Amino acid sequence: MQLLFESLFNGVAIGSVLLMAALGLAIVFGLMGVINLAHGELIMLGAYTTYVVQLIFKLPALQPLYNAYVLVAIPLAFIVSGVVGILLERTVIRRLYGNPLETLLATWGVSLILQQFVRSVPLAQAAGVILALVMGFGLPLLLPDQLLTGPRARLVRAGSWAVSALGGVLLAGGLASQISQIARATSRNVDVTAPKWMRGGIEWMDITFPVPRLVIIVMTIIAVVGVIWFLNRSVWGMRIRSVTQNRSMSDCLGIPTDTVDVLTFGIGSGLAGVAGVAVSLLGSVGPNVGTSYIVGCFMVVVLGGVGNLLGTVIASFAIGLCTDLIGAGRLLTIWPDMPAPLEQVVSFFATTSMAQVMVFTLIVVLLQFRPAGLFPQKGRMVEA
Amino acid sequence: MKRLFDDEISPYAVPDSFKPMTLLEIRGLNTYYGESHILRDVDLTVSLGEMVCLIGRNGVGKTTLLKSLIGLLRPRSGEISLEGVQLDRQPPHQRALSGVGYVPQGREIIPHLTVKENLLLGMEALPGGLGRHKHIDPVVFELFPILHEFLPRQGGDLSGGQQQQLAIARALLGKPKLLLLDEPTEGIQPNIVQDIERAVRRIIAETGIGVLLVEQHLHFVRQADRYYAMQRGGIVASGPTSDLSQDVVDQFLSV
Repeated sequence: MQLLFESLFNGVAIGSVLLMAALGLAIVFGLMGVINLAHGELIMLGAYTTYVVQLIFKLPALQPLYNAYVLVAIPLAFIVSGVVGILLERTVIRRLYGNPLETLLATWGVSLILQQFVRSVPLAQAAGVILALVMGFGLPLLLPDQLLTGPRARLVRAGSWAVSALGGVLLAGGLASQISQIARATSRNVDVTAPKWMRGGIEWMDITFPVPRLVIIVMTIIAVVGVIWFLNRSVWGMRIRSVTQNRSMSDCLGIPTDTVDVLTFGIGSGLAGVAGVAVSLLGSVGPNVGTSYIVGCFMVVVLGGVGNLLGTVIASFAIGLCTDLIGAGRLLTIWPDMPAPLEQVVSFFATTSMAQVMVFTLIVVLLQFRPAGLFPQKGRMVEA
Repeated sequence: MKRLFDDEISPYAVPDSFKPMTLLEIRGLNTYYGESHILRDVDLTVSLGEMVCLIGRNGVGKTTLLKSLIGLLRPRSGEISLEGVQLDRQPPHQRALSGVGYVPQGREIIPHLTVKENLLLGMEALPGGLGRHKHIDPVVFELFPILHEFLPRQGGDLSGGQQQQLAIARALLGKPKLLLLDEPTEGIQPNIVQDIERAVRRIIAETGIGVLLVEQHLHFVRQADRYYAMQRGGIVASGPTSDLSQDVVDQFLSV
């Protein structure tokens, strides 16, 4: 019984990290059909955002609020990754709609650029650049329309960008002078220290549940419920579903498809940022942290059936449970007197990385029989 | 019988003395697919309250003309104006807001949205869009009672005829000034064809909008006020449908 619960919990914990990371991709790849290989790097940006926020909260002025830094990091990571994602969509991906191969190559290039960016630019300056971008795109939305369409529209726009740039420079300078850790560029991995309430575990029925994993499970549940609510209940969600199913007709009906693209991509990327917060709570953060998640993310989306959010949820938990079952050597505990050759095979795969190899092999085999994933889209108009 | 769209402001409240007023005017339209010249110098007008039918054999460019009007295709030259407003440079969603309703060939229902959601999307073309309009005008259920029954079903699960009714209802909910209908009776059982004909006639009579119809069905063609006949991308004949002689019909309708 205890074994069952522990196994189940571990599986769900692994699955929810995967799900959190793949949720954004389920939107970007699943709904929009864009193969974004830079998704992992958007996760990385979220993780680095958490790191910077944590350091800011260590400053004497904010020290008393240190325990709450995760709550600040989540929306900030969403905004940072979301804005970078939107920028990526506007500048690169939009020009490549309908060319999957080119999109794949271009976004792979972007992922390399982003990895090198965090290596060679001090995080303080990176924060400044991102603030400038967020302000530059955000300020015009706050200004009244007359200013933006009036005779001085150009001047107003240039002015708002100047203000944004100034804000970015000030933030970069301020951060660099106050926090020595991020004043210089480094390619070494950094560690995010969890606030006190997140350390340790909760004991229940002789099993220890590590609190960070519980937090991630809760975050995942909130994110999934939020996304499902947004897509199925909100007006913009309906527009997104319509555009993803029939772009040209949606356009003819009066839906601004460009805005829908930006919004969809922004939300998908923002969710990658939130996943980054979760990832940073589990281990150290480095430029390559995204690379280790991207394959798993695509596996989850493909296994669940592209374009099927519920499939993504089920697939990530299935992968999580399998990884735990194989990786922690639980098969041996369940069946102690296994024949010797089989036992050798099982114990060979009983490490985290070998378990991944095994799980991915199983997925590849499964996809031979069900090419469209576990839960393919059905209906009279599938091709449409 | 309740009047269609009998509500606060009617964009169709045109004094009788002003009719017929030109609603749509196309001048010298040329559209290409890549390098092949499809539409050649097309001139065409539709007035308010008028039903105009476009006839011609398969592949002469009728659908291309409608697609150029809604903006799915970019004409290389020529002018399109709706009530004097130039549409040429607008993308499709802006043309929808300007008052062009489009019922494409093949219906193009959003397959995994419910019938209700499909209808709601029709109101995206109203000022303020979906955010402000959440109530489906029951008049569409009066025109097409079947839709009310199927509200919670997925649009893709409906039969061809039902989808056609849904597509027309969806376009109507955007209260267009000009309705483009591309072969609304193609591949549909006869009793639904009659329903659709009746609905289109009633829409024109009660709202006074203009309709540009592409049609092969002779009975439906005869309901129109005027016709334009197309051949190889150009308009080769036009006039009131009452003058539509058997010769012209034999020449331009593939029956």
